Amino acid sequence: MAVERRGAAIDIVGLGKEYVSGQGRVVALDDINLRIAPGEFVCIVGPSGCGKSTLLRILAGLAKETSGTIKVEAPGWAIENAMVFQESGLFPWMSVETNVGFGLMTRGVPAAEMATRVDAALKLVGLTKFRRHYPHQLSGGMRQRSAIARAFVTDPGMLLMDEPLAALDAQNRVILQAELVRIWEQTRKTVIYITHSIEEALLLGDRTVVMTAQPGRIKEIIDVPFPRPRDLITLSASPEFGRLKLAIWQVLEDEVMRARGEEEA
Amino acid sequence: MKVLSGKARERLLYLISPIALIALWQVLLMLGVGDRRFIPAPSDIAQRFVKLVASGELAWHVGVTLYRVALGYVIGAVPAVAIGLLMAMFKPVRIFFDPLIAALFPIPKIALMPLLLLAFGFGDASKVALVAIAVFFPVIVNTYVGASNIEKIYWDVAKNYGASQMVMFTRVVFFGALPMIFAGLRIALAVSFIVLVASEFVATKSGIGYLIWNSWELLQVDIMFVGIVTIGIIGLITSAVFQEIERRAVPWRTE
Repeated sequence: MAVERRGAAIDIVGLGKEYVSGQGRVVALDDINLRIAPGEFVCIVGPSGCGKSTLLRILAGLAKETSGTIKVEAPGWAIENAMVFQESGLFPWMSVETNVGFGLMTRGVPAAEMATRVDAALKLVGLTKFRRHYPHQLSGGMRQRSAIARAFVTDPGMLLMDEPLAALDAQNRVILQAELVRIWEQTRKTVIYITHSIEEALLLGDRTVVMTAQPGRIKEIIDVPFPRPRDLITLSASPEFGRLKLAIWQVLEDEVMRARGEEEA
Repeated sequence: MKVLSGKARERLLYLISPIALIALWQVLLMLGVGDRRFIPAPSDIAQRFVKLVASGELAWHVGVTLYRVALGYVIGAVPAVAIGLLMAMFKPVRIFFDPLIAALFPIPKIALMPLLLLAFGFGDASKVALVAIAVFFPVIVNTYVGASNIEKIYWDVAKNYGASQMVMFTRVVFFGALPMIFAGLRIALAVSFIVLVASEFVATKSGIGYLIWNSWELLQVDIMFVGIVTIGIIGLITSAVFQEIERRAVPWRTE
């Protein structure tokens, strides 16, 4: 695989998103500034309601910003982005292989090429044997692996992941985190990964963006210095990991408490 | 002797109540309860049934009725599915068709028969048109409800993965609505027989409805019953065939 070919560069400047709800005007995102290098793995953590999913949806073209700009440079990438959703979002009426090939079918990729690429993607996530199954016949972990394959197979400049492992049990999550890091290290796509787990952000990412709630702002951006390739189990047991986790938690704690206070008020 | 499997035994148990009812009916008439000229015994109906089958008369009427139902069903259901899906996809389509459906759905379709006779004459066309109209409404409403209840995430996935409107229609919205489309088609199947047999009571010389009405006028009560039983049998067979089609067409449905 062409590791030299790095993913898209993203430049977010003064991004804002407001919408009008029953309670009046809500500022979901306020003055978001973030520059992401090609091939970087950026994790975003923050309390619920901090607009992190909204940010991702704007990047995915599923929502429109109300102010600011997003510049994505993805030269040489036929497809700019592909999103992995929290609840897999596999079409229940398609088999695993049809689901995985969906983003190629919509773009008119020839059948022979599509078959080769889908084969490779299924192999990458270890689902070759289950290619003719329907999503409801799979476990949660397998469904999420299919969704990850569906995103990778389109070979996008950036991958947008919205808490893709949140719905899984702890064991499956650990396994899939390791797989995700392995696949990413082979391909070096730009990844924006939303999570509510500080641990996950530290295990996977190069940088962790901490966001605040209402309005959604970036509070702090923390570099994650761990070398790659990473061994997640050893890493999570290291003292440095613990120190960083505590540091981020302290940044986040104020925000979570504040959000809670507002909910109770 | 091999013991029957649970499922086969259950199926046999289903036969108990209809057989008991028929037996009771037969016994009561043989005991002289009721006038056999007006209420024929099951054995009389069976005899007449065999005669009508042998003469080919029954097959002719059944054939005509099935032809009218099948043609009207397809003519009504296909555009209903297409428009129902488009209503869920595009707001202007929805705004155009919503009031029409709201106004026309509650009209008993059989009330349109005189109008259709005027428009299409006394031949098959007026009956086929009636079936088509009666089928159209339950199918379009169910299709629309099914398509608009497709979870938001599937629209998002389709959009993010570059689906065109055509792909949306044929690969996402259609299949997402398919379980509800089948629910509508099943209702439409029953409705189509109801309106067609009623319409065959007048202004035609063929079909099961004609057979029933004509024998009533001639007081051939046993033939009348043969007609009624025949519709029951056709209904049973078509709904079994339908269930099998649905099972194959919706393999992802978890039971």
